[in-house]
Amino acid sequence: MSLLNLFSRMPSACAQGILWGLMALGVYITFRVLDIADLSVDGTFATGGAVTVMLIIAGYPAWLALIVAIIAGIAAGLCTGLLHTRLGIPAILSGILTQFALYSVNLHIMGMKANQTASLKKYGMFFENGKGFLVSSRYIPAAIGVGLVLAAIVIFTLYLFFGTELGSSIRATGSNHAMASAQGINIKNMKVLGLSISNGIVALSGGLMTQFQGTADVNIGRGAIVIGLASIIIGEVFCDLFFRKGANFAIRMSFVVFGGILYYAAMTVILWLKMDPNDLKLFTAVIVAIFLAVPYLKDQAKTSFSHAGKRAAAEGKGEK
Amino acid sequence: MLKVDNISKTFNPGTINEKKALDGLSLHLKEGDFVTVIGSNGAGKSSVLNAIAGVWPVDNGSIVLGGEDITGLPEYLRAKLIGRVFQDPMMGIAPDMWIEENLAIAMRRGEKRRLKWMVSKQDRELYREKLKELGLGLEDRLQVKVGLLSGGQRQALTLLMATLKSPKLLLLDEHTAALDPATAAKVLELSDSLIEKNKLTTLMITHNMTDAIRHGNRLIMMNAGHIILDIDGEEKKHLTKKDLLDKFAELAGKNEVSDAVMLS
Repeated sequence: MSLLNLFSRMPSACAQGILWGLMALGVYITFRVLDIADLSVDGTFATGGAVTVMLIIAGYPAWLALIVAIIAGIAAGLCTGLLHTRLGIPAILSGILTQFALYSVNLHIMGMKANQTASLKKYGMFFENGKGFLVSSRYIPAAIGVGLVLAAIVIFTLYLFFGTELGSSIRATGSNHAMASAQGINIKNMKVLGLSISNGIVALSGGLMTQFQGTADVNIGRGAIVIGLASIIIGEVFCDLFFRKGANFAIRMSFVVFGGILYYAAMTVILWLKMDPNDLKLFTAVIVAIFLAVPYLKDQAKTSFSHAGKRAAAEGKGEK
Repeated sequence: MLKVDNISKTFNPGTINEKKALDGLSLHLKEGDFVTVIGSNGAGKSSVLNAIAGVWPVDNGSIVLGGEDITGLPEYLRAKLIGRVFQDPMMGIAPDMWIEENLAIAMRRGEKRRLKWMVSKQDRELYREKLKELGLGLEDRLQVKVGLLSGGQRQALTLLMATLKSPKLLLLDEHTAALDPATAAKVLELSDSLIEKNKLTTLMITHNMTDAIRHGNRLIMMNAGHIILDIDGEEKKHLTKKDLLDKFAELAGKNEVSDAVMLS
């Protein structure tokens, strides 16, 4: 339990944090921009991994596998979007249905096996042969570099996109769908588009995480939504700390990735403290619940009934 | 300009909550008409506007606007012809977006949204100019989130957004009812000037009889999903509140007099 040991684990935590932070960017689009809690990501993350590993095993370059993974993610998001907007199923249930169905789909993709491994020895790294893994746990500094570059590309692209007429229509739909409709925006299509983009990014992250570990697992996405939310919330707390409310969209998204890194750093510390890894999910859930509750509790502290009652009682005493 | 013919709408048909909101209503507007709509609660005022705006489809009848039959078009496709301001100041704006972004969205009402940058420099100048005309000092706050504005400022902005691209028809649904009297008067004045300047065909619902008499060139009174009174021209100019109350009592039946008094 030496400090040195903790420090030696941090680079790996940082690399994983960036890759999961990338996924959190996808969650950010639905959770913050569209104001939809999309639970399909748990399935899509694994789909991205499954597609990536199978294509690599089939001999395709890893970068191409990632592109196909993104397309698979977009298709999954499309399903959720259509279930929600065309069949009138509540967004949260649509996501759960897609996620549930994807478990079987992912098993099919992986040839009915719960996990599939692509060995680094056999396929090599991208910087070695131009078609190998983009990231790997064997080359942590490179993984951090590649992760940061990809995150920067995604953030920049999203920043540009949400500044366009089309992207702004998605934002308006999330902000006030009555207004969006009255201004001639097809809010159903905007929701479908937003969900698709979000899940495409999540699948990209899943594909990268699979390359990092060398293994795709059908259960890898379990709880991805919670990790995504944790990253968003941690990132936003720090963003508001540094920028008050003045941060633009690109900075906010950068902090989401930063939130992912902090989350993984915290998890590493907990493991270093020799806590049972099986308790990590409980721990994460508690953290997320606390951070989600803070804005509400802050508001309550100012305007709760019990406070109003106490104030009234205090004033009453003063009069007597 | 607007031809609404024999439209009906029943909500929750066949249930205990069945409500006939519109009952064979017809209404023709000439180009440039500014019609005020009054009536007691549940008379169907908002339903007429919602039917025209396409919030839901009508059960029967047809709606033709500017020569185009829009009966079968959903709300977002009708938006290219119609500007709207709602009663709730939160409803007409995107609170998480900047003033200039809200205006940019309104600027492209009825157009295809492309992968083109949203707010250009020329746009910004235009917005600044238009905001200046509101006289609220918003022209210096283009990059402020609309959610931070007051109710009156938001309604003024929504009004500007609704008229930015001259609509064939402007629908005002009690758009001053949620404001304090001074602000309400200001927003009404602003509505008048925007309507006059852009020569907009307008339907305005109000709960205030005085406003209904003072504004517009035509007044209609509704009851139980029908139009029961339609006054325009010289007759409207000389109308008084007492006339309206008397007419209401006479046309809607004696038992509704107390309701009519509530309207004043």
